[in-house]
Amino acid sequence: MPRINSPAELEELRKGILSKRDPNKPCITLCSGSACNASSSGEVATAIEEEIKKQGLSDSVDIRRTGCHGFCERGPIIVIHPEEICYFNIEPKDVPELISETIKEKRVVERLLYTDPSTNEKIIHESEIPFYKYQERIVFGSNSTIDPKSIDDYLAIGGYSALAKALSGMTSEQVLGEVKKANLRGRGGGGFPAGSKWEGSRNAPGEIKYVIVNADEGDPGAYMDRSLLEGNPHAVLEGLTIGAYAVGSHEGYIYVRQEYPLAVENVFTAIKQAEEYGLLGKNILGSGFDFTVKVHQGAGAFVCGESTALMTALEGRAGEPRPKYIRSNIVGLWGRPSVLNNVETWANVPLIINKGADWFTQFGTDTSKGTKIFSLVGKITNTGLVEVPMGTPLRDIIFKIGGGIPGGKKFKAVQTGGPSGGCIPEELLDLPVGFDELTKAGSMMGSGGMIVMDEDTCMVDVARYFLDFLTDESCGKCVPCREGMRQMLKILTNITQGKGKEGDIELLEELSETAIEAALCALGKSSPNPFLSTLKYFRDEYEAHVKEKRCPALSCKELIAYHIDPSKCQACMMCLKKCPAEAIDGGKNRISVIDQEKCTKCGTCFEVCPPKFRAVTKISGEPVPPPIPEEARTIVRESKQK
Amino acid sequence: MSEILLQIDGKEVRAKEGMTLLEAAQEVEISIPTLCHHEKLEPYGGCRLCTVEVESRGWTRLVVACVYPVEKNLVVRTRSEKVDRIRKMILQLLLAHAPDAFDLQDLAQEYGADKDRFEKEASFCIHCGLCVRYCAEVKKKNAVGFVDRGIRKEISFIPEIASKECWNCKECFPLCPTEALQAAFVLTKALAFPSPSFEPASEE
Repeated sequence: MPRINSPAELEELRKGILSKRDPNKPCITLCSGSACNASSSGEVATAIEEEIKKQGLSDSVDIRRTGCHGFCERGPIIVIHPEEICYFNIEPKDVPELISETIKEKRVVERLLYTDPSTNEKIIHESEIPFYKYQERIVFGSNSTIDPKSIDDYLAIGGYSALAKALSGMTSEQVLGEVKKANLRGRGGGGFPAGSKWEGSRNAPGEIKYVIVNADEGDPGAYMDRSLLEGNPHAVLEGLTIGAYAVGSHEGYIYVRQEYPLAVENVFTAIKQAEEYGLLGKNILGSGFDFTVKVHQGAGAFVCGESTALMTALEGRAGEPRPKYIRSNIVGLWGRPSVLNNVETWANVPLIINKGADWFTQFGTDTSKGTKIFSLVGKITNTGLVEVPMGTPLRDIIFKIGGGIPGGKKFKAVQTGGPSGGCIPEELLDLPVGFDELTKAGSMMGSGGMIVMDEDTCMVDVARYFLDFLTDESCGKCVPCREGMRQMLKILTNITQGKGKEGDIELLEELSETAIEAALCALGKSSPNPFLSTLKYFRDEYEAHVKEKRCPALSCKELIAYHIDPSKCQACMMCLKKCPAEAIDGGKNRISVIDQEKCTKCGTCFEVCPPKFRAVTKISGEPVPPPIPEEARTIVRESKQK
Repeated sequence: MSEILLQIDGKEVRAKEGMTLLEAAQEVEISIPTLCHHEKLEPYGGCRLCTVEVESRGWTRLVVACVYPVEKNLVVRTRSEKVDRIRKMILQLLLAHAPDAFDLQDLAQEYGADKDRFEKEASFCIHCGLCVRYCAEVKKKNAVGFVDRGIRKEISFIPEIASKECWNCKECFPLCPTEALQAAFVLTKALAFPSPSFEPASEE
């Protein structure tokens, strides 16, 4: 690789790359993010390569293995350019037909297309699919067009032009000014204005300063940072380098959890490539600016996403937050000014520099600018990563993009902001997503996790689940978090097991106050949020559990019983055959009866009872009707009477 | 070093720059309860018992006195309804571990903490970290450390170091506000220290 010594040489190189690429040559892009890899995207890639060779098309079609496209529910995903024909759920056996039809004959393979569930129509183009149509993928969009292992792919879409612009045409003050004007707020949790954070470090005394990428994404179900780092590592590196220039830092770190092997691999490759081109290292693009990046692999602790804990871990010590009241952008890593932003925040920076703050601020609300990537998971039809302008109503994200709740169930709540966030109920679905809006609703933006829950979800159990997660992830240093959560988890577990007592809710509130007011770090201070937000909107569920020993969502095992309605049972014996505990008695023409002593409440009978009978029911908060007397159990069928 | 004027519990206090609120308060004999503080050790901020209320620029919040540095014109209240309520809860949480610890009992009486508010826990240790930090910072031996995290976190002697260093030191013992440290030591000794009578004679 030639070293690039100036912005002009960078443009030369870019032209060279583009001149070798024919925009009309067919190109098969295959999603190869971690999610699609898990659904055998690798096998599909091999099949494509073999089939292309077999059909003698090696010279007339390109294959590109890209990062995550976002629509993980339907992966592996193939998009064929330039027509932008989109195929979903591809298996290796689909490949021969796909190549011979679409590549050779230019015909669309109907059966692999997306079917719009509301109209039953087949949709050919990615941009017309509702999941994509309502998104604004300014940051995440490049993921689906470039091979993350190829710096040339990134250069082909204009990569590193923002860095060239910053280094050659802007002073570091101007770069800082642009980011401040764009009002870019941290996408990692707190929503702190990135520009102010940078400025603090820039003005702080000391020769040595650091810039750090927080890629320690730890919220259950959230994977936007992983997908960005896997799919477009150069965008993050470019943003980080621009930030370093603005702050006056010459050393950067990427703190990435080692449970993200593909992200780690791709980021190492990207750094190596950028170094070879001279886009990292000494005298970048001939500007005189030096900047190097090191990768630190974290051992996977949720608390290490907290800024001071992350820096302590970077220093090689146990990842515990520091008790200091001085911001880490002033006194951070090794006591030096350190700017820490998460992956998505850094990836926004090249866009702001290239297109300007005015362009960036056209997206979003008054206080939250730009877009946000959300990880839409849980009881939702279209699981995946979605990027929308700030201010998009939750309803649009969940129903227009997410396709609503599967199985005809009713929406109940959406949990945003990760474990420290909160649950937002149906009546607030029109809430526009933004940092302050979500905080006002008792939740938070966090890093963008969005877990959708349907009517079968017990909100007390949700609070218990998140408290369990947080208890496990607490570092254990301070009393309000370690001991407070230990007790909160015990009480919540008791409540979900029907052992709740009068006064439990009040005690939980007291423990919450202690954590909020006295815990050491942000994790501890926000640890009661799962409880507080569910209590705020679903207090009746807590009271039903404590006072009536009833779980309104019919979810808490200890509080429900399964019962077979004798008037509905047709003695099909499905439940009896499938019951793993052998707790169901019945037989030919005999109404089935559940032995409550033996029943383990696994719910199998409920699931296998044919929908036309619906004889198995769940009961909570009331006694199970006594078993039907033996003599009344025989079903006399009319047809057989004759 | 410049002098900083602040107010603690209505008293005008002159403090030196870089002092913590706890040190400034101690200078004028205002007592703030602590469990994890030790003058020879770096501030730790773990027990949170020294939580106090500070007011600056019209903004009131709770901070821990053992870490928070003195600030010009800061108004500090070492007792308030809220501060007392939080200290009481912290004590109750710790009393689940060490109901018979004298330090905790005295404080419990002052703050009205009920030692039976929570079910008793198996370990006496309240994770003040005094032993661990004293051994690391003062003795520079690291013979005792924390293992694991969260509610599974516990103190543990490192047998390889402890068998060499601890016999003649034991300076951490009086620091422990509960009995947990001695218990951990006795356990380590029983499991890993060579008994003097069976100590193999050093050869060559």
